[in-house]
Amino acid sequence: MSTRSRRRWIELSLTLASPFVLLAIWEALSRTGAIDRRFWPEPTSLLGTFWELLREDDLLGDIRISTLRILGGFMLGAIPGIFLGLAMGLFWPVRVFVMPIAAAIYAVPKIAVLPLVIIAFGTGEASKLAIVALSIFFLVVLNTMAGVLQIDRSFRDVARNLGASPFQTFVTVALPGALPSIFTGLRLALGFALIVIVGAEFLSPRKGGIGDLIWQSWQIYAIEKMFVGLIITGVMGWALTLALDLIERFALPWKPVDS
Amino acid sequence: MPTMNPSIIATQTEPRIASTPRDRATPSLKTGVLVGSGASISLTGVGRRFDTPAGPLDAIKDVSLSVAPGEFCVIVGPSGCGKTTLLRILADLDHPTSGEVNLARNDGTLPTNAMVFQGRSIFPWLTVTQNVSYGLTLRGLPRRERNAVAADLLETVGLAKVGASYPHQLSEGMRQRVSIARALAVDPDILLMDEPFGALDEQTRFLLQEELLRIWERTRKTVVFITHSIDEAITLADQIIVMSAQPGTVKAVLTVPFARPRALTDIRADSAFAPLFNEIWGLLRDEVLLARSQQEGARL
Repeated sequence: MSTRSRRRWIELSLTLASPFVLLAIWEALSRTGAIDRRFWPEPTSLLGTFWELLREDDLLGDIRISTLRILGGFMLGAIPGIFLGLAMGLFWPVRVFVMPIAAAIYAVPKIAVLPLVIIAFGTGEASKLAIVALSIFFLVVLNTMAGVLQIDRSFRDVARNLGASPFQTFVTVALPGALPSIFTGLRLALGFALIVIVGAEFLSPRKGGIGDLIWQSWQIYAIEKMFVGLIITGVMGWALTLALDLIERFALPWKPVDS
Repeated sequence: MPTMNPSIIATQTEPRIASTPRDRATPSLKTGVLVGSGASISLTGVGRRFDTPAGPLDAIKDVSLSVAPGEFCVIVGPSGCGKTTLLRILADLDHPTSGEVNLARNDGTLPTNAMVFQGRSIFPWLTVTQNVSYGLTLRGLPRRERNAVAADLLETVGLAKVGASYPHQLSEGMRQRVSIARALAVDPDILLMDEPFGALDEQTRFLLQEELLRIWERTRKTVVFITHSIDEAITLADQIIVMSAQPGTVKAVLTVPFARPRALTDIRADSAFAPLFNEIWGLLRDEVLLARSQQEGARL
């Protein structure tokens, strides 16, 4: 076996082992009574709770609701964000005009403006999509802009020298050149979207979603259900990131795969 | 191989007198590589001034030179002497702030040019074939025709097998070949080359010089080539222009006497090589020292 493929095997095993090691430690501590079982029920007991939630409560429904909110808000925020970011990277007046607004709003914790979003969009689905879109918009904008700005000047010169129109330069240089940065922004945005949607669901009782499940379980002291909700949130984040990675690999076949 | 003493034809402000027409082998018309219609370059008193926070800065000043149709002209000079600025002006990527630039085809129409850039300039997001045919894509040529041109050129530069690869899978030398093929693909009248082999190791550099000479023999385009290497200048050029430290001006114009087609080994074995090398280094040495003290001064 070559050193390279051996290393890949070790990598894969370590990656798969890491969550189980954590769970095993937790299980051991909980069973021995080193930590309070009422607040830290052992992971194996959560399996039963998980099954129960699937059969008796609508766990899949909650997952679906949260996922749709994330994806919908993501599209609403990311697509215009990419366009604005490209415009800011290419045209300095746009950049100079938008930058102060972007820098200021970017720094505000988005969950803090949820009351305003509710005033504007009501307590239904629209406000959920809006808060997710809002929370990722400027993140995508700034990363896209940075991506355009870091494109080597010689690439634009090549395009100009070979007779590219401004639109051709946009399509053949700015967009593909900024794509790696755009994906970095999208990956960060995915994390933000998850944080914000769970927070928003805490604050909108009985409207479904994983956040709602976690909060309601806590309210009635159903600690095990709450833990299942937390773990599901983690798995959702992991799965969405994985999906984005796959899309990235498809969109950027030219990018060397690292490690 | 005729050997004659290299001589300075013109210095600084004297305009260069029209070069004597050389006998040329009839260029062969191979597929994909078309013969340029022969464009001449003439600069008169060209200057480029940049506004910097420290005040106006003349990158080049009062540059006059002329390049005959089908001539291979090499510019050597110390770092920061404005060679790249000069080339960017010829490529119409920059404009002079004084003087006159005249580019003309034999029939009086405006010539086209393509530039081979310094360092990393092939698009990492395009395959080798897509990079080479990029200029043709911009012109809306159908894919089939584009690919045919690209395939021919890749064959010419010895990269026939890597058309579907991405640049990160290639060596630096291969990437520079792609860059040259991309410039040739649009069949320009004038080929502008900005230190195309600067980042390569010496052996790869020799190979690419040989290849460039071979391609040029076939196409006989007007070439303006920038380099730091005196050796490279002598190997490739009909005419060598030695530039001074900043502000860059023409310090001397030399004619390289070696016959065409050339072989690297013949040139080095020729008794005229060493005197020519010494003459250029003699001209350059003071300028390099001056450029160095300028840069050290700027750093303080």
